Order: sequence, then C-alpha cells, then structure tokens
Amino acid sequence: MQSADVIGSGFSDKPKLNYLTNGTTLKSWLLTKDHKRIAILYLISVSVFFLMGGVYAATIRLELLTPASDLLETGTYNKVFTQHGILMIFFFLIPSIPAVLGNFLLPIMIGAKDLALPRINLLSLYLYWLGGALALYGLMQGGVDTGWTFYTPYSTTFSNSYVLAVGVGIFINGFSSILTGLNFIVTIHTMRAPGMTWFRLPLFVWAMYAVSLVMILGTPVVAITVLLVAIERVARVGIFDPAIGGDPILFQHMFWFYSHPAVYIMVLPGMGVVSELISNFSRKKIFGYEFIAFSSIAIAVFGFLVWGHHMFVSGQSIYASMVFSFLTMVVAIPSAIKMFNWTATLYKGSIDFSTPMLYGLGFMGLFLIGGLTGLYLGAIGLTVHLTDTYYVVSHFHYVMVGGQVVAYLGGLHYWWPKITGKMYSEFWGKTSAMLVFVGFNLTFFPQLILGYMGMPRRYAAYPPEFQVLNIFSTAGASVLGIGMLLPVIYLLHSLVYGKPAGDNPWRLPGLEWRTSSPPPTENFEKMPVVTWEAYEFGEDNGLDLEEDRRRDLAPVA
Amino acid sequence: MEHDHMTIPKYLGVFAVLVVGTILTDYDATIDLDSIFPGANTLVALLIAFTKMACVMLFFMHVYWSPKLIWLAVIASFFWMAIMFAFTMADYFTRAAGVFTT
Repeated sequence: MQSADVIGSGFSDKPKLNYLTNGTTLKSWLLTKDHKRIAILYLISVSVFFLMGGVYAATIRLELLTPASDLLETGTYNKVFTQHGILMIFFFLIPSIPAVLGNFLLPIMIGAKDLALPRINLLSLYLYWLGGALALYGLMQGGVDTGWTFYTPYSTTFSNSYVLAVGVGIFINGFSSILTGLNFIVTIHTMRAPGMTWFRLPLFVWAMYAVSLVMILGTPVVAITVLLVAIERVARVGIFDPAIGGDPILFQHMFWFYSHPAVYIMVLPGMGVVSELISNFSRKKIFGYEFIAFSSIAIAVFGFLVWGHHMFVSGQSIYASMVFSFLTMVVAIPSAIKMFNWTATLYKGSIDFSTPMLYGLGFMGLFLIGGLTGLYLGAIGLTVHLTDTYYVVSHFHYVMVGGQVVAYLGGLHYWWPKITGKMYSEFWGKTSAMLVFVGFNLTFFPQLILGYMGMPRRYAAYPPEFQVLNIFSTAGASVLGIGMLLPVIYLLHSLVYGKPAGDNPWRLPGLEWRTSSPPPTENFEKMPVVTWEAYEFGEDNGLDLEEDRRRDLAPVA
Repeated sequence: MEHDHMTIPKYLGVFAVLVVGTILTDYDATIDLDSIFPGANTLVALLIAFTKMACVMLFFMHVYWSPKLIWLAVIASFFWMAIMFAFTMADYFTRAAGVFTT
C-alpha cells in the first residue's frame, strides 16, 4: 500500500503558473535556463532545418522523375543532395530527439527540477544556432558539392565551394552535442528523485544515457577531422592529400569513427521513444527491461567498432574489412534484442492504436527493413556490388527516416499533451501516421530494387529502364511529404483550438504524467518519491489507472 | 573541488614546459632522426606531444588531485582513442599483404 505522499507525488490542487505562462517576454525566452523552454526553442529550430532539408529532398525527387538531367544542372544537383544531407543529418536528425524530447522530458522523467547544468544547456542551444547560421551562410553563398561526408580530396583539393564555412558550422554544432550529452550524463547520475533507482528509470532515459556517451566520445573526433580539413585547405599541411604527404583514406577512418556511431546517435533515442510507446500503449510492463536497457549500452559500445564497413571498397585492407564485417554482424544482436522484446511486450497486451502507437508500430516495421538490409551491406562480398548504389540510400533512409524520424514524430505526438496541455485531432494524427508509413515505403522500397539493379547514387541522370521505379519513388515522396506536413497543421491548430489534455490523458504511471500539463517551471510542486517500478500498471504504482480508463470509456448519459 | 593545489608559479611552470615542448617539436622537425630508424622523428614529436598533453590534463585540468571516478573517465577516454588508433592501424599495417597471400 502506498502512502498519501507517494500517491500525490508532484500533484498540487493550487492553480499555478506553468512554464509557458511564467514569463512572456522575448528576453524571458532567449535567456531562459528552463530545460522545457530550451526544448521548445530547439523544437522550432530543428523543424525549420527539417523543412529546408525537405525542400532539397523534394527537388532531388523531382529531378529523378525523368532519366535526363533536365531540372538541375549536374553541378547544382551535387549541391542539392549535399545540402539535403548536411541539413538533415547535422541539424535535424542528430539533435532532434535528444535536444527536443530529451531536454524537455529527461529531468521530469527522473523527478528533477531541471538539468544539472542549466546555463550549459542554454549555451548548447546558442552553439547550435551559431553553427546552423554559419552552415546556412555557406549554403546561401554558393553551397557545398562534396556530399555530406566531405570526403577528401573533394573537400580539400577539388571543391571550390564553401567547405570551410559549412565545416566550421558543423564543428561548432558538434560542441552543442557534446554539451548536451555531458549535461544528460551528469543529470542522470546526480539528480534522480528519491527512490528512482537505475533500474526504475524509463527506458527513454537509458537510451538518452547511451546516446550521451556516444556524443561525448565520438563528436570530438569529427570536430578534429573537420579542423584538419580546414588546416590542409588553408595552410597546405599534408594530412589527407597524397601530393603533400597525406592519405585520403585517413579522412574516412576519422570521419566514420564518429559518423557511424552518429547513426546510433540518431536511432538510439528513437529506440528509447519506441520502448515507451510499445510498453505504455500495450498497457503492459515491458518484456526484458534489463536486456533493453543494456542493449542500448551495447549498441553504443559496439557502434564504435564497425566504422570500417563504410570503407570496404575504399582501398582498406581485406584483413581490416573482415574484422569490421564480423563486428557489423555482432552489432545487429543488441538491435535484434530490442525488436524481440518489443514484440514480446505486444503479445497479450491491451493494445491501444492511438496515433503515437501507430508511429511506434511503424518504426518496428521500417527499422526491421533498415536493419536487415544493413546486414547485406555488412557482408564484404555482396557490398562490392551494392556500394554507392540506391540500395545504400534506401537502407540508411529506412534506418534514419523510418527509424529516427518516425520515432520522433511518435514521441512528439505522445508527449504533445504534456508539452502543450492540448490534445490534437486523433483522426488527423492517425491519417498522418498511415500516410507517412505508406508514403515512406512507396518512396524507398523501389530504391532498394533500383540499387540492386545497379542504379548509382549521386547522379542526376540515369538509364531510361530505371524510370518506372523512380516514378514510384517520386510519387511516394509526395505522399510522404503530405504525411509530414499534416502534423505541422493539426499540431499548430491544437495550440489554439485543441481540447485541454488533462495531466494524464493516456492514463499512464510514469513520472511525467504525475505533474500538470503543461508542467510548472520547477516540474513538480513537491519532490516526488518513487516507490514503483518502471511501466508498473498494477496497483503498486499508487494510481487507479484502470478505474480512470473505465470512466473515460463509459458512454456519456 | 579544491583549487589550492595549483599556485600561479606552478601554472607558469607548466606553461614553461609547454613552451619548451613546442620549441623541441620545432627543432625535431629540422633534424634527421630517421637515419637512426625510420619514423624516429615522428616518434619523438609524438612523445613530446604526449608529455604536453599529460601536463595539461594532470595539472591544468586538476585530474592529478581528482577522485577515482574522474581518473576512470580519463582512462576510458584513452581506451577509446586506443580503439580508434588500433583499428585504423589494423588497416594500414595489413594493406600490402592479402589475407591468403603474403
């Protein structure tokens, strides 16, 4: 039996200011140290970058509607796909879930008033803005045509584009990631509420912990790599250019030492979100909590040991390739553990097909294809045929968009009532989730076939026999685009016209659902004391959730 | 955290070590140590760089007086760097020879 204090954790009957109403001036937002306001500023910023990256994506698909290079010149096409990649990866995919959902929810989910280092949190936002502004400056001045990977010698010797400006922007943006990761690790270690033991942490928090480790250990390497490119371009020091004593493959080693783990920076938080969605919308304790928690750490660790699978045809030694190929197969294990555990959680669950759950289930389907196609690319024989084809493009979009973006949208819908205090239209939410799923598959599945047939990536023109599948892909991109734009409309609409969400609209036991919606500046009126396990739907959670659900579902007289 | 381990003269002393290290690195680049064995110039430059880095980490960053958890974080960072170097070198050192031929 729970004490009254525990049951009432975080609750107060008194009306109070929430984080949105506690200060309304521009200054109160721009100088805020409140993690929730910083998360909202990140939300707006990453959405702008996502929109810009989306415009580039639409341009690419339009160009590829016909075999000839008729919409864009080939040089311009190089810039368009490069800028799509740079904006999406460095300024949307990497920061989105940690900086938006992580920033907003991590302190609340562990029962803390804020992150451990609020000023550092604000600094990381400003660094993100500064890096983004510099990158945009480079793109507007004429853009970059090296591909988002900045491979040497394109980026050092041959490119006359604005590599330096964009590179410095990414360099600065990297520090934003490092500071966010540092903040999360310190917060999780030092600011958990009484009773919130490590194994009572929501799995989203475990995922944030794992991703923070990757951010701290990996990001400095890409920062150094970009700096070395700048040094070689400016001072002609021989690092990557063979003509002056360098080695271009060294760039790929250093770049992928960060950028492969960066894939996990993108997808691990998505896995954390999906763990929340699957368990909570099945109304069932997650199957194999410890396995999912430690598989996040395992992915973070093993993710650092596989970067050479991006370099199988680069001239890397066959011996190194064999080692990297083996380790690539190994890293599939912790991902598979998660998939099996999510599936087992669904088994005999009381599944609620609300919008967030549709996104969660969509993630499982899309990430499954993304993961399995990755095994083909990790096999050193087969990958010779598939490298630099549309198969690779499709594979990483299944992981990054089908995985990360879908999970981000699921998380945004799931926590939107908490963030804003308003409910959105379930009808439009479900419509959007299904359009995204169908549109995504229609866009990227034909690309798997195109790649297998040999269509290379990064060309504006292609042989006419590939056109039909490209038309499918462009048509799918249109559906996907509508699916992505719909949430912008109905979520903004809900801010004004949405019904009040209540503090616990989904009837869930987590700490974030035990404070008001939107939460007060200090998150909880009273310091919560945690006595229940994570995802505890029984009586031990101190809330009568099932009674509330029955009341919700009862017909109104 | 205690800050009185390092006094201004000690800071200046470490700074002097860094300056001398930089001068030695420059000097190393002007003489031919590779005649002793190939790569000797690079090895000496790396040893100097490692010494400078250790001074910064131990004294400027106060790691020398820090709790064991901080030492653990430092060692873990070096371990991570070692992974990067080891796997990269696994490529470079085996590039000339195939797997099934020598």
